[in-house]
Amino acid sequence: MPLAMFPVLTLALLLGPIIAGLAATFLPAFGYFPALGGEEFNFEPFSMLWNQPGLWQSAWLSIKVGLVSTILALTITALFLAGWHSTRSFRAVQGFISPLLSVPHAAAAFGIAFLLAPSGWLMRFASPELTGFTRPPTYLFPGDEGAWALILGMTVKELPFLILMSLAAWPQLRADKKLQVAAGLGYGRVAGFLHSVWPQLYGQIRLAVFAVLAFAASVVDVALILGPSTPATLPVRLLDWMNDPDLSKRFLASAGAVLQLGLVLAAMGAWLAVEKLGGLMCSSLAASGRRMTRDGLVRRGALVVTVALVAMVVLGTIVLALWSVAGFWRFPDVLPQAFTLKSWSGQSSQALRVLGNTFLIGGLAVAVAAVLTIGCLEREHRSGRDGGQRALLLLYVPLLVPQIAFVFGLQMFSLSLGIDTSLAAVVLVHLVFVLPYLFLSLADPWRNVDPRFAQVGAGMGHGPNVYLWRVRLPLLLRAILTAAAVGFSVSIAQYLPTLLIGGGRLPTVTTEAVALASGGNRRIIGVYAFLQLVAPLVGFVIAAAVPAFLFRNRREMRP
Amino acid sequence: MTDMTDTTNGLDISDVHIVLDGRELLAIDTQVPPGSVFTVMGPSGSGKSSLLNLIGGFLPPAFSASGDVLLDGKSLLKLPPHKRRVGTLFQDALLFPHMSVGGNLVFAIPSAVKGAARRAKAEDALASIDMAGFFDRDPATLSGGQRARVALARLLLAEPRALLLDEPFSKLDAALRGSMRELVFRAASERELPVILVTHDAADAEAAGGPVFQV
Repeated sequence: MPLAMFPVLTLALLLGPIIAGLAATFLPAFGYFPALGGEEFNFEPFSMLWNQPGLWQSAWLSIKVGLVSTILALTITALFLAGWHSTRSFRAVQGFISPLLSVPHAAAAFGIAFLLAPSGWLMRFASPELTGFTRPPTYLFPGDEGAWALILGMTVKELPFLILMSLAAWPQLRADKKLQVAAGLGYGRVAGFLHSVWPQLYGQIRLAVFAVLAFAASVVDVALILGPSTPATLPVRLLDWMNDPDLSKRFLASAGAVLQLGLVLAAMGAWLAVEKLGGLMCSSLAASGRRMTRDGLVRRGALVVTVALVAMVVLGTIVLALWSVAGFWRFPDVLPQAFTLKSWSGQSSQALRVLGNTFLIGGLAVAVAAVLTIGCLEREHRSGRDGGQRALLLLYVPLLVPQIAFVFGLQMFSLSLGIDTSLAAVVLVHLVFVLPYLFLSLADPWRNVDPRFAQVGAGMGHGPNVYLWRVRLPLLLRAILTAAAVGFSVSIAQYLPTLLIGGGRLPTVTTEAVALASGGNRRIIGVYAFLQLVAPLVGFVIAAAVPAFLFRNRREMRP
Repeated sequence: MTDMTDTTNGLDISDVHIVLDGRELLAIDTQVPPGSVFTVMGPSGSGKSSLLNLIGGFLPPAFSASGDVLLDGKSLLKLPPHKRRVGTLFQDALLFPHMSVGGNLVFAIPSAVKGAARRAKAEDALASIDMAGFFDRDPATLSGGQRARVALARLLLAEPRALLLDEPFSKLDAALRGSMRELVFRAASERELPVILVTHDAADAEAAGGPVFQV
């Protein structure tokens, strides 16, 4: 295949499913879907939708979860960076950030539920000595009506993402110089950061923030675990309608998916207002000239909150593992009375099957995404042209369009074409989400290879293909495997595409774990949630071990 | 016009103008016969390296150039970089860090040399720079002077028809610089290669001994 084809093919595979999926969502939303007997356009699906009880409550909850969790995560990111960048505490937290990012959303959500529920681990630590409880109290968590458990779960997962994106942008900002200047003018740490670094930094991570907002407003798996049920958030209700054996409910679901798309756009519109407001606050603060040197409380607060959120995921994973091997475990006891492998042995054949699916789907999606990414980057290198800001925006499209709005359409699409749900279809949909992350992880290392190496290679008479295979790919082996591991963890975390496109016939660790959420068997949930945690680690272990072995005698090839 | 130039050996830089953002950086018209050194001097940022980039085939797209460069009578500018047989020495040795010292050298040997002869040739090259027995070493464990010598040996093993030197001595300490200069210029004159040296160090130009062009 000629190299020039790679960008074209990549865009087609990235945007094709989204466009086809959106189209196949919109048509039935307006009554047209011949495969199910909808022969003409009408507004019936929408009038069905308006008549659903509690619809606006569900819609409002989705917007609320999106906006509140994004504001929280972004504020904590800003204050934590402002107060603690390049300190020892910062580096200590930083070590947890990347592993945290590879924890699938659903596993993190289970961890939080097992930690904070009335009979959760924290309550067991505090009871009965501090609380006096000898049986679990009765507050509603997770699943509270205001969706605060869900907001907490989303904030916990968004925070490491935003911190990591900020750290990636940091070197281009020459922040240290600017902070020095601000400190020289007598500004406190936090104020100096907000005035001199934050505006530019925010500009760099803005697309990521919008992606976070869109994701949080339309999340399904975390909402199934932590979200309310009376009523549930809109995406959860959409999934119900989509899976309803009554096929006419698909029209209702399509109309709902269009509404969901509208809600995300509305949330983005509201976010533009939030940006304006934040900008005004910052600039009026700057104009006032207040130095705010006594910011110790803010700084300590940001550290405490960040550490608490990180600790929540860490403790959550520990309690998940504990439950998977727990025998009898009475309420206020901190540890089970006995340990047993019964939950594991009882699940072993099913667990192996879903692990096999998980690795098969993830492995294929990552392989295709890696070849496409490398082809695009090599094309960019040889032609001397990168796609610029527009190409970056295209990469973000799959992260900005709510999954549920087009994945459901894709399911309808394959239904109307009579395609049976197959492995290939699931892999192609995973590819839509794996590719952007893999590309974004690999692009910088790829572009940072010393261009003079190419001159040395050409001086030896080696053409671009020899240079690619013998020099560039080996040099970048670690970066390629790491980007692949990131892509693999993205694939593992996919719930909705796996469920809807796989039609339940290709269960993965994530769909299996989330399916168990309503059953409430903590031991079996522990097994699958723990597998969810371990599976992505396999990718990162390979990414560390293979280059370390191959280049064991090459000092400059070490990280 | 080809019949006037195609008998010329060495490098023929024919009425070359290099332009960046509408500003002319360089205008050169000269001939570099085999075995001689043409030195381009100027402060950093003056665009003197752009001449080497043009000849090597790596002029960034922001630059534009007119004129022609001929090597042994054939125009270079339309050839892809790897067909030009022009070797560049940089201020860093740029040994490939994932290959052994010997691996770097073998990689440079033309594919016409086959089998065990490739390794033998690389071992000979190492011996000629007083580094016999270094074949399996990690380049990262070499001293600065050793790296510079391996870079030169690697360059010559590729059998280039012209050498481009991009401030190759500037990062070496004073003691090494003299011996490295001698090694490079002797190798070039033994092989009768035309050389273009870009530098901001007058001592380099003096050691090179050829005409000097000031940017």
